[in-house]
Amino acid sequence: MARLIRTEKEVEGHYTEQWIVVDEDALDQWPAGPLQTVGKPAPRVDGRERARGEATYTADIQLPGMLHAAVLRSPHARARVRSLSLSSVLAAPGVRAVLEPGDSHVLTDEPGYHGAAVAAVAADTFAQARAALAQAAVEWEVLEPLLDPDQAVEKGSLVSEPNVSERGATERGVSEAEAVVEAEYRTQTVLHNSLETHQAVCVWESGRLDVYISTQFLWGVRATVAEQLELPPDKVRVVCNFMGGGFGSKNGPGEYTFIAAELARRTGRPVRCALTRREENLATGNRNSTIQRLTAGARSDGTLTVLKGDYVNSVGFEGWSPSTGGPMELLYACENVRVAEHGAKLNTPPNAAFRAPGFVEGTFGLECLMDELAARLDLDPLELRMRNYADSDLVDGRPFSSKNLLECYRRAQPHWARREEVRARSQGPWKHGMGLASQVWYGGGGPPSYAWVRVGSDGRVQVVTAMQDIGTGSRTAMAQIAAEELGLSLDRIEVSLGDTSRGPFASISAGSSTIPSMGPAVRSAAADAARQIVEIAAQRYHLEERVLSLRNGHIVSADGGSWPIEEITELLGEGQILGKGARGPNPTGMRTLTFGVQLAEVAVDIETGEVLVDRIVAIHDVGRVINPLGASSQVEGGIIQGIGHTLSEDRLLDPGTGTVLTQTLDAYKLPTIADVPEIVAEFVDRPDEHLTNLGSKGLGEPPIIPTSAAIANAIRDATGANVRSLPITREEMLRALRAAREREGLERTAETVGEVRSA
Amino acid sequence: MRIELDVNGEQLEADVWAGESLLYVLRERLGLPGSKNACEQGECGSCSVLLDGELVCACLVLAAQAEGHEVVTVEGLAGAEGLHPVQAAFARAGAVQCGFCTPGLVVTTAHLLERNPDPSEDEIREALSGNLCRCTGYAKIFDAVKLAAGT
Ligand code: FES
Ligand code: FES
Repeated sequence: MARLIRTEKEVEGHYTEQWIVVDEDALDQWPAGPLQTVGKPAPRVDGRERARGEATYTADIQLPGMLHAAVLRSPHARARVRSLSLSSVLAAPGVRAVLEPGDSHVLTDEPGYHGAAVAAVAADTFAQARAALAQAAVEWEVLEPLLDPDQAVEKGSLVSEPNVSERGATERGVSEAEAVVEAEYRTQTVLHNSLETHQAVCVWESGRLDVYISTQFLWGVRATVAEQLELPPDKVRVVCNFMGGGFGSKNGPGEYTFIAAELARRTGRPVRCALTRREENLATGNRNSTIQRLTAGARSDGTLTVLKGDYVNSVGFEGWSPSTGGPMELLYACENVRVAEHGAKLNTPPNAAFRAPGFVEGTFGLECLMDELAARLDLDPLELRMRNYADSDLVDGRPFSSKNLLECYRRAQPHWARREEVRARSQGPWKHGMGLASQVWYGGGGPPSYAWVRVGSDGRVQVVTAMQDIGTGSRTAMAQIAAEELGLSLDRIEVSLGDTSRGPFASISAGSSTIPSMGPAVRSAAADAARQIVEIAAQRYHLEERVLSLRNGHIVSADGGSWPIEEITELLGEGQILGKGARGPNPTGMRTLTFGVQLAEVAVDIETGEVLVDRIVAIHDVGRVINPLGASSQVEGGIIQGIGHTLSEDRLLDPGTGTVLTQTLDAYKLPTIADVPEIVAEFVDRPDEHLTNLGSKGLGEPPIIPTSAAIANAIRDATGANVRSLPITREEMLRALRAAREREGLERTAETVGEVRSA
Repeated sequence: MRIELDVNGEQLEADVWAGESLLYVLRERLGLPGSKNACEQGECGSCSVLLDGELVCACLVLAAQAEGHEVVTVEGLAGAEGLHPVQAAFARAGAVQCGFCTPGLVVTTAHLLERNPDPSEDEIREALSGNLCRCTGYAKIFDAVKLAAGT
């Protein structure tokens, strides 16, 4: 029976209340630990297609008569178009249509950042489109850009009201503290650089728009495109079967979709708008830079009395101010906490969600601050964290649906015990050390999400849902869940996804929500199909339904009977069994979060400032793990991105003009295979007993969150230097080492003075 | 102009413009989209193909220059069906996430193992450091190369 339920949904820390319709009875969770298929390592069900180069990405879509778009972008951070003439563009070879400001809401004649789209052209080939654009006659009035985030905050140039939240009394917290540390941390702007650039192919057919797009949210693209173009949503079909990475930057349709759609409308032909790598690094979003002015105070036993954070997010020309103070609010049992976040509106490219936006940056500041506090108090950093362990969510007093961070810390201990041994490796200018950092993030997912399971007469199963697999392995995880519920082997399950016209609504793949949102829907659809198979079998074999179950490809009865499942399914002939499933509600009144800890071992050359990461141990708590092979790959991928964020990646601007200097992969340094340390990934594989019929949380984002802080803390352990700014280039490392030497010098002088006085 | 290319053992003809890269012609004119375009300037390795057995970035080679040479792309490694041992190892080791880098890495690895069937860790790092992957963290790519070397 359809049940109407009011529930809460969270994506990346934003909660919304909503009604959902759930039409099946809740299932009990499976027992913990590895089962037949779920919980066991499974190679990708589509690994073969991908390895053979046969997987069709948006970049590979070829439609008859397809045209190619190129976009004229602002070369200035802030300017006004005085005049624009596209007549020579239109006359250039191969050109079929042009768009100028006014033709589409995504084109502007007052660009507010380098790379903002101004005009566009469609031609027979991309080379022709590009060559034609070079003919555009533009007269610019170049204006003074606003680039300094502190100045923006001072002037009130903000993307939204400052977000201020406080609990307890921070003034009192400061006065009760026996040690107080204050420090300023900075993180840089980081670019997603998914290997497949942002792109879409649009084609109109009898008033219906098909959008082939590299996206993390088919249904979000459908809704936004329909709304913007004033179409009924069912007139928009969105397709993404294989997708070359997104990391948060592909949650919506983007300007390229609207440009392709408008050019396709005008030409009556399919149009591809695919960004080049340079455009990718200008106009598709970034992890914004931050300035974090933080304070922590504690009693001498390490009990935190106060945490304060004043954050400036350099959001850019548009975008939103991420929750950089989130970790400070959630991670520790501190009574007096004040967080203020300012989103500076600047003449720089807009930010976009990037794998745990806000929390990656905020965890760097907070977890470095905790280690500086531990050093001041002469306490073990792990001990300090355990002393301030939060048993419930102090933001609004809710219990956690599950929290096993203490277990993560416990498992960290044998690794942490290697600290002396690691330090003892120091030799000559190379100093070795070890550091750790904790992780907190969301990742509980939520409704609505739906799936269907079809069983054919050959006993093969198709899971149908219009979700996307952005590369994380969702397709495989869904197949595992269906296989488990139906008692079938993985090779009998096919997963059909990636097309809004072929399956039901599915969740966004962002906020670590695909598995916790989609997995329960797939399981309930599979259970519905299994129930129908059992019902038919009961009639066929004259048995009661309750004595029958599905196992190892068989229908088995309590008294030992066993029949291959095909014996029942072949009765269907051309017919099919169709199971339907929906994601149920989240637990009411509870906070669902993911947790973890990472430990880093580093070596620092104190003469040159070179930093090497030798080993990272990652222990995460994300509830039940569906596919340990995919899960460890997520962790490794997150850690390497984290190492890139920590040591090499940096989107640089010309400080005078605000133009982006790092547009190519030569200039913007992504980690390569040469940078990979030893990585140990462990999971506290315990289902969250309150969360859905699976007990699984998401894992896409957690692994990148603590990496930078763990490395910075290891550097402090090795050298005594407080690195406070990312990336930790050689210059930053040498600066921190100099500052440490000066501080030591001062302390020594102070000691000497003290000795003289007391003498 | 019209050129003739030997791709994956087949003689193919294509009408190309003088400046078109081999990558462009493979993907857009010859229906072989396995080699990927992720930077078009030799920085990512996604377009790796073999030209007379040598590893090249197809985005940096002009299509016309490839005339008279043997080109092998990811589609040609294993033939119409089945998997080349390197492809099988990538799939089995879980060295694939989004998979956009995979064709390039598979071709690069096949080339490495051709010359050096039992590469050391450092030799793997060296040989594969021109292939960028934004997803996997490379750890399982190591596993895949070692797995393929053992088969
Ligand atoms: S596309 Fe050729 S190296 Fe990147
Ligand atoms: S798997 Fe996505 S870039 Fe390598």
